[in-house]
Amino acid sequence: MMVESTTSNSKDYSVVSAKDLCLTFETNDGPVHALEGINLEIKKGDFVSFIGPSGCGKTTLLRVIADLEKKTGGEITVNGTTPEKARLDRSYGYVFQAAALYPWRTIEKNIALPLEIMGITKAEQRKRIDKVLELVELSDFGKKLPWQLSGGMQQRASIARALAVEPDLLLMDEPFGALDEIVRDHLNDQLHQLWAKTNKTVVFVTHSIPEAVYLSTKIVVLCPRPGRIYDVIDSTLPRERTLDLRESPEFLKIAQRVREGLAAGHAYDD
Amino acid sequence: MTDAVTRPTSALKIGPLALVSCAAVVLGLILPINADGTRLMAHPVTGTAFMLLVPIILATELSLVRRCYGLMAMGLVGYIAAALFAFNDQHFETPVATGFWVLTIACWTTTWLFVSRLSGFDITNRPMLGRFINLIIPVCFGVTLLILWQLIVLGANVPKVLLPAPSDIGLRLVNSVPVLWADFQQTFLKAVIVGYALGCSSAFITAIIVDRVPFLRRGLLPIGNFISALPIIGVAPIMVMWFGFEWQSKAAVVIIMTFFPMLVNTVSGLAASDSMQKDLMRTYAADYWQTLIKLRLPMAMPFIFNALKINSTLALIGAIVAEFFGTPIVGMGFRISTEVGRMNVDMVWAEIAVAALAGSLFYALIAQLEKVVTFWHPSQRKG
Amino acid sequence: MSGTVGPVVTVLIAFMAIWYLAAIFLNIPFQKDIYKRADRIDVPVSELVLDTWSQKKPVLPAPHQVVVEIYETTVLKKITSKRSLVYHTGITLSSTMLGFLIGTSLGILLAVGIVHSRVLDKSLMPWVISSQTIPILAIAPMIIVVLNAIGISGLLPKAMISTYLSFFPVTVGMVKGLRSPEVIHLDLMHTYSATRLQTFLKLRFPYAIPYLFTSMKIGMAASLVGAIVGELPTGAVAGLGARLLAGSYYGQTIQIWSALIMAALLAGALVALIGVLEKITLKQLGMAQ
Repeated sequence: MMVESTTSNSKDYSVVSAKDLCLTFETNDGPVHALEGINLEIKKGDFVSFIGPSGCGKTTLLRVIADLEKKTGGEITVNGTTPEKARLDRSYGYVFQAAALYPWRTIEKNIALPLEIMGITKAEQRKRIDKVLELVELSDFGKKLPWQLSGGMQQRASIARALAVEPDLLLMDEPFGALDEIVRDHLNDQLHQLWAKTNKTVVFVTHSIPEAVYLSTKIVVLCPRPGRIYDVIDSTLPRERTLDLRESPEFLKIAQRVREGLAAGHAYDD
Repeated sequence: MTDAVTRPTSALKIGPLALVSCAAVVLGLILPINADGTRLMAHPVTGTAFMLLVPIILATELSLVRRCYGLMAMGLVGYIAAALFAFNDQHFETPVATGFWVLTIACWTTTWLFVSRLSGFDITNRPMLGRFINLIIPVCFGVTLLILWQLIVLGANVPKVLLPAPSDIGLRLVNSVPVLWADFQQTFLKAVIVGYALGCSSAFITAIIVDRVPFLRRGLLPIGNFISALPIIGVAPIMVMWFGFEWQSKAAVVIIMTFFPMLVNTVSGLAASDSMQKDLMRTYAADYWQTLIKLRLPMAMPFIFNALKINSTLALIGAIVAEFFGTPIVGMGFRISTEVGRMNVDMVWAEIAVAALAGSLFYALIAQLEKVVTFWHPSQRKG
Repeated sequence: MSGTVGPVVTVLIAFMAIWYLAAIFLNIPFQKDIYKRADRIDVPVSELVLDTWSQKKPVLPAPHQVVVEIYETTVLKKITSKRSLVYHTGITLSSTMLGFLIGTSLGILLAVGIVHSRVLDKSLMPWVISSQTIPILAIAPMIIVVLNAIGISGLLPKAMISTYLSFFPVTVGMVKGLRSPEVIHLDLMHTYSATRLQTFLKLRFPYAIPYLFTSMKIGMAASLVGAIVGELPTGAVAGLGARLLAGSYYGQTIQIWSALIMAALLAGALVALIGVLEKITLKQLGMAQ
């Protein structure tokens, strides 16, 4: 307990720490090395993006952090403990590629779902629902059913649902991948402000370079076969960002480095 | 837009069906309807109703009046005329003549014309009217069938044993309410309801257990699917032997018949939630029961209701057929088999009418419940 | 496939074990009665068990008794004999098939009509659907007896019940299938200014074929039920249904069970046959996975 309280106060506290992390799937066509030799430190308050071509294991890595997959080798800690313990402590919020809202629950009720499971009182539920709905600007839509909302709004609602747990760590798996460019820009901006306001740690999987560069303090470039880390880029951009930052030379420089990393890591043999 | 497209085409010409209708009405009024030379005008009310039909059809077809008013008049007068004509015993006291058959054709073509014009009615942007029309069309179709049935059976003197007229069946239905009620109680309120409830609930519980044990699921599901396709009704004589002639043996048949559809559907329903939603519950560290109640059961509801609907029909069939193998002297299946033996076909039809009504209401009740429970499912959404 | 064989076999073995056990317990009272009348006491348990599995008219016959009965009435009897189960199965099969063929053709025709005519769709379709909620089978005895009264007997009345039962699932399935092509495909046919017949033959019908096979399986099972129930009121002359009824009259439980198992085998074989036809057809059309 003592150790934990002192470390969590310090700025350098590792939220996620991986050492030689490996994950091998056994399939009928032999073993598939989804992840190999992953070494990674994610500090409190970081916004880390995993970027890479499909099949590079970026989603798998996120799922290992969330204890949705089990590592087959190496070490990984989440919040200073095992991923399983972290999951049982409900210490992170997870946002999927699709909104995955329950069609029979209103938006409010969907947000209440994790709170019900954790056994939080009705009054506290109400308070948190109102708070997160306001954060994602959906206050007027709490009573609607999911299908009555647009795709972007549904995804915002699913982010609200993850935030309602009040986690320090937010894991996001290509949350805006299925949305069109305009909605995506808007949500990127909102997500950035949310992060800046709440000082949460975010791990974000994407395959969009501008998205990764705009949002992140740290960009992890992965490459496939076997899935491994090719490059880690610490962003030199300021903490306060607006969308027009994307025209700046500094932004383009980082984007260029990510692009080079992606090209070099990718063999183009298929 | 749509008005501009449809109006000119419908305004200019009279369809062949309308011409036939008018011609048949006129001809039917002129020709004698009975062998003794009686004409329809001997029955002034019916005659007048038919006479009114001609101008109404012409006016509606030529768009001399607003289409909806024309159609309303055509339907109202048409059905009144046809009903007056069909359900008046005087028309059948002496053998019928040509005029009768011409008027029968008139009844048919007019009501058909009405139904076809009604189904062609432009209902875009008028959901309420559309729903009403979609409801009224099958009803009209059914009434038309009933009227034609009455006219043909009585006009052609079809033997009662072969097919009784609707009016005979109706009369028998009204006159034997106590018997029918007793049969209904015995078969439906006891055997069907008890068997259905026990069969569906025990299958549901079995499905929950089977779902927890993957080995059982893989073993039982193919067998359950296979058994669903078997003529399970054949166990009826065995059940009668085991549980006696009373309603308990029928309930047992119903339990067996409803068990497997429910089992198979519930198990596949419980497997219906996609992996992302299951992962979501995992990230919340939800336990088995929380996942079951909050995610998998709601997800399985459309499947479960599918089984409940299939079973509502199966239960009634099972109970009735099981009674063919032996009952006390009451019950729908018992009544059907004994009255068939006595050639009291109108009583059989009355019993079948009760069974049909009970079956449809039972089904409708469950379908309504489904609408409430699975309001969120894409198939239930409107607008 | 290999993943299900083991569990299925296990479940079947467990099922057999339960059946044997149930046979012991259900037949014990009567067996004890027999011993009492023969003034036998202290019968060893092993003998008691074996005796419960070999009664003449047991409450529940043991599986091997049913198998022996089926063997004796199929292989050992001449097919033309009235006591041959093959003969009775043949009778049931022929009316099932006749009814199924008529019912399926009618169902397809009606579905084509419903898909192409707005009036039929709006007036007839609700009746087709709601008719499925009605216990049609209740009419079976009436159809048989009434048709018998006017001189039509034998295969046709039973086939009519089968027709009736198999026709509705096929209609509903085919309507669904003929409507299953997506708007984009229908639009494509429209750009070719294809006639309704061409659209039907080249688009709607191929799309409907998987639906047709699925509903034919249901229709076949229903058709068999119809044939069996249709054999009940004819005074138990011939057919599997008649065997069931005769068995229940005379308390011949082994006969009932063997007829029941035969009916199950027949249903399985018929549905499997359609399954094979489905596989071949879909493969030829290039729709098989």
